[in-house]
Amino acid sequence: MAKILMKGNEAIGEAAIKAGCRYFFGYPITPQTELPEYMSRRLPEEGGVFLQAESEIAAINMVYGAAGSGVRVMTSSSSPGIALKQEGISYICGAMLPCVIVNIVRGGPGLGGIQPAQSDYYQVTRGGGNGDYRLIVYAPANLQETVDIMQEAFDVSEYYRVPVMLVGDGMIGQMMEPIEFKDRQPNFQDKPWATTGTKGERKPNIVNSLYLDPQELENNNLALDKIYKEIEKNEVRYEAVNVEDADVVVVAYGTTSRIVKSVLEECDKEGLKVGLIRPITLWPYPFEAFDKINPECKGILCTEMSLGQMIDDVRIAANGRWKTHFYGRTGGMVPQPDDIKAEIMKILRGEK
Amino acid sequence: MSIVYKRSEGLTDAITNYCPGCTHGIITKLVAEVMVELGILGDAIGVAPVGCSVMCYNFFNCDMQQAAHGRAPAVATGIKRVQPDKVVFTYQGDGDLASIGTNEIVHAAHRGEKITTIFVNNAIYGMTGGQMAPTTLIGQKTTTSPLGRTEEHSGKPIRISEMLATIDGAKYVARVTVDKPANIAKAKKAIKKAFQTQLEGKGFAIVEVLSACPTNWGLAPNEALQWLRDNMIPYYPLGTFKDWEEE
Repeated sequence: MAKILMKGNEAIGEAAIKAGCRYFFGYPITPQTELPEYMSRRLPEEGGVFLQAESEIAAINMVYGAAGSGVRVMTSSSSPGIALKQEGISYICGAMLPCVIVNIVRGGPGLGGIQPAQSDYYQVTRGGGNGDYRLIVYAPANLQETVDIMQEAFDVSEYYRVPVMLVGDGMIGQMMEPIEFKDRQPNFQDKPWATTGTKGERKPNIVNSLYLDPQELENNNLALDKIYKEIEKNEVRYEAVNVEDADVVVVAYGTTSRIVKSVLEECDKEGLKVGLIRPITLWPYPFEAFDKINPECKGILCTEMSLGQMIDDVRIAANGRWKTHFYGRTGGMVPQPDDIKAEIMKILRGEK
Repeated sequence: MSIVYKRSEGLTDAITNYCPGCTHGIITKLVAEVMVELGILGDAIGVAPVGCSVMCYNFFNCDMQQAAHGRAPAVATGIKRVQPDKVVFTYQGDGDLASIGTNEIVHAAHRGEKITTIFVNNAIYGMTGGQMAPTTLIGQKTTTSPLGRTEEHSGKPIRISEMLATIDGAKYVARVTVDKPANIAKAKKAIKKAFQTQLEGKGFAIVEVLSACPTNWGLAPNEALQWLRDNMIPYYPLGTFKDWEEE
């Protein structure tokens, strides 16, 4: 397929359709609204259904009902809207329903702002809904990677019966880049558990997350945990650049990682040995990437558009082997290359 | 010997969790019988609420989904939009539908979702042990209105059927009760009509069923039915508020 120029939010929608998604339930919120707008045009053309719900809460519960009916379904929102969806996401995890949730992150807390941010790392990786659950969380850094992930996301979600969340900051949602959709057939799973009517031919199927007997609930959670461990084994994705002989390693994801890459080019020209770890999955987190870092490395710099959230996972990954540092901007402010470089220089000079 | 009465095929063999004297059991049975009589059991997908009837996914002999508190109409919307040829219903109590789930029920009606809602109103939160609901009557004592509900503090009880009847998308709205055989027969007729509204593709249908809660009202079962007649029916009049066949 030839390359075409698309806006991030619209490219996500088209990739979902190519992945076999025919149902979308959502609610308007900046900066993701172009996605539901796009789906409202495209899904009827594909014989699917777009429905604007009365709230983000209703939208995620419509996703629950549709996913329980055995089809490929998605919703999208932005940070405060995702906060409202957390209850439904927890139920979806408890009932083991596959679906895809797109989160085009904006600044917070509260109503916050509408500019790009990464201040919902905790929200997407630590839940927010109740219970022992996990989501598979992808954080692409450019539109080609975004559509590639989106084309695979439904397959992954159906295979494990665990929801997938795709996290982009406002930059990913709003910018235009040339992309190429892969000629790729969706891998649909059988869903004998779906509620499609018994036809009097089988016992009723029940989509449920209630287990009043604590032993049953523990068994259910252990079964989920087994799946999560399988995901940790199979689905970790990251990019690691020059970490083996680096004097400083920067860790960044999404838009921030693109800025860091431009800093790394400059450092390389000056003969400075600076590496990069770019998590593509925020959960499962690429802890293994850190094992390749030069043991003599002077420090790890975690850079985020937040006041420091992924730094927790960086510290767990470093596990005391290297000093860890943080630099970030928040509220929709974007870290500047010069400022990131200044932080790198401080570590190289032993000032940090 | 011929069989003149038997357990509905619309019910599983499960024993319900309903208290002695609770009328949920009658209502559940009526819904099951209606589904069998209309021949829709194999095409039915029910949505269970949070509350006393949370476990109804174990009672109905059809596919079921359990929904978060108040969200049953949204879950039902998701099911029906994917499977418009199936029969989708919600079974909800008054805490679920009239309090935490007002947004979902109002907008399911507003969109004219082709689903059927069975709304069991017993004027109290049963499962959590008898707290005040938006439907609790003035003067009614509950664990969170120990001196009795007052209008000044909590307003007057909400009349869901009258409210939903004002919405265009709601095509059948009726309030019934199950305190005696004659009313049980009327209730069954209304529940059947509510499913027929969906089968005819008319739009949203709801049957509000006034129900007794002896346990949390602190009354014997027969006293509870009398309390329902003396107190609930005067405030929540029985009748049909909307009927697509009469418009």
